[in-house]
Amino acid sequence: MIRKLAIAICVVLPVTVFAADPLVPLERANVDVTNRAALQRGAALFVNNCMGCHSAQYMRWNRVAADIGISEEMLAQYLQVTGERPGDQMRIAMPAADAEGWFGLAPPDLSLVTRSRGTDWVYSFLLTFYVDDTQPLGVNNLTFPMTGMPHALWEMQGLQRAVFSEPADGGVPTFDRFEQVTEGSVSPDEYRRAVRDITAFLAYVGEPVRAERQSLGMLVVFFLLVFFGFAYMLKREYWKDVH
Amino acid sequence: MTDATRQGGLLAWIDARFPLSKMLREHVTEYYAPKNFNFWYYFGSFALLVLVIQIVSGIFLTMHYKPSAVDAFASVEYIMRDVPWGWLIRYIHSTGASMFFIVVYLHMFRALLYGSYRGPRELLWIIGVLIYLVLMAEAFMGYILPWGQMSYWGAQVIISLFGTIPLIGPGLAEWIRGDYFISDATLNRFFAYHVIALPLVLIALVAAHLQALHETGSSNPDGIEIKKVKGPDGNPADGIPFHPYYTVKDIMGGTVFLIFFAVVVFFMPEMGGYFLEHANFVPANPLVTPDHIAPVWYFTPFYAMLRAIPHPFLGVVVMGAAVMILFLLPWLDRSPVNSIRYKGPITKVALALFVVSFIGLGYLGLAPVTELYTWIARVLTFIYFAYFILMPWYSAIDRTKPVPQRVTS
Repeated sequence: MIRKLAIAICVVLPVTVFAADPLVPLERANVDVTNRAALQRGAALFVNNCMGCHSAQYMRWNRVAADIGISEEMLAQYLQVTGERPGDQMRIAMPAADAEGWFGLAPPDLSLVTRSRGTDWVYSFLLTFYVDDTQPLGVNNLTFPMTGMPHALWEMQGLQRAVFSEPADGGVPTFDRFEQVTEGSVSPDEYRRAVRDITAFLAYVGEPVRAERQSLGMLVVFFLLVFFGFAYMLKREYWKDVH
Repeated sequence: MTDATRQGGLLAWIDARFPLSKMLREHVTEYYAPKNFNFWYYFGSFALLVLVIQIVSGIFLTMHYKPSAVDAFASVEYIMRDVPWGWLIRYIHSTGASMFFIVVYLHMFRALLYGSYRGPRELLWIIGVLIYLVLMAEAFMGYILPWGQMSYWGAQVIISLFGTIPLIGPGLAEWIRGDYFISDATLNRFFAYHVIALPLVLIALVAAHLQALHETGSSNPDGIEIKKVKGPDGNPADGIPFHPYYTVKDIMGGTVFLIFFAVVVFFMPEMGGYFLEHANFVPANPLVTPDHIAPVWYFTPFYAMLRAIPHPFLGVVVMGAAVMILFLLPWLDRSPVNSIRYKGPITKVALALFVVSFIGLGYLGLAPVTELYTWIARVLTFIYFAYFILMPWYSAIDRTKPVPQRVTS
């Protein structure tokens, strides 16, 4: 069976995509899913820049509206640009089969990307695109080398070049710094904030209940601590006569 | 109306037809347990608590989960997002799975510490090891249900182990899967095992475990029989009725346990990727193998042994033997005393080495394979087995301390 399995794996290997390791350490995203203003900005950025290709299909539009604090009218006006119903899931129009033909791989659904890869990864990924003429789409990424994704936010960030330092002993070149090639529409700090907002929104989408979970948890643990006090006194009372 | 109802009301009416009061007396109010239970004796009742938590939360999950390869992953996300309180039930169940093993491992370690497995409690121990085996199967089959990448590929690796058995292996693996690969057919049958077959067996074994415990009586940290010294009332002089003494004590201990449980559920449900693995948030994809396939933490000691052995089938044999050798434990220990308190230095060192080997193997089973790690895993596997195989020798020659007649506090 092992042999059969090995053969099967070899057969499917050509279409297998290997996730490459980041070339740089991940930057800390430090997102706060209770910051509604950040989630609102992140939602708008996500819908306008990412949802052309990426769905968040386990998430419902009206749940987003309720959780980030906007009305269903605002939801319809600013986020649901293609006329979805409030209770619809955040799906996209692009057929996966077409996408696979265009990009080599259908862009993944992003409902759970912060849970499978982590918020730091998403944040770093969106910061580390650089110009690379050897790539089919003209850009490469330090966090996810050889990525099939174009730099969707290039107008905001502007294009940057990665400078690698060649070790004197002729070893593997290591990343040194970025050099700006074209100006972005926003400053580098504003771009970082935008990327952090998108990451925060995706962290929220990954687990919409996170904020509620933590606040409920405080109450549950508090209750159990109080209950323990009574349980302890009851036990002490009964055990007085055990010697 | 019968005499019994007139005289004693409803309870007497029931007792005339069903031994309710008798059972309560035998198992609760007049079950005499040693009065010197320490910290380690909480874990049996915690295990019972987790069993109840898993069954109740599991029932509610079953109401919303869809056991099909197409719908399973989405139905779990549906539970997490759209089912009222679904997220809480799911986190309770996923946390409960890991907690079950933490509690059971500590419960088994207690038995090693104080010789709880020794005569006349051999059957009690054997039933316990059977519970452990069924629990592993239950956890493994439950882990496939979310149908994430790790569910799929973990199952692929584990089931293919059966394929390494000579002659019948490939057919056996196919029979277990119901297909040539892990597929919809596998998911469906594992769902049936996970929610019906194995829980039934588990509950029956737990009932037998308790029945056997109440027949022999509980052991204690001194490893002596409290039944030998009776008080004027004919009950063990060092025993106290389980109820109310241990019920109130277990309520107190159980509350502390639930605080730990709640902290995980509410503040760290993924437990850094150990209770819910990151790769399992990606739907199962038969065409993409994850970079690094590791089973959930509670299987990793055995997985490390499997990887440490160069030959696949021998690896499976060693892994199986690591669990099966537990059945022999009551007959391997030849020490004149039961408890670690009165055992000698060799036994103490042996037990310490055993703990190091088990935890070390658990770590190595999670880590990627390197040549150094493989060699360490081999050494630790050797220590693991040496603890058992050499026990008849070292337990017999080891120096022991005199055992007291009565329990010490």
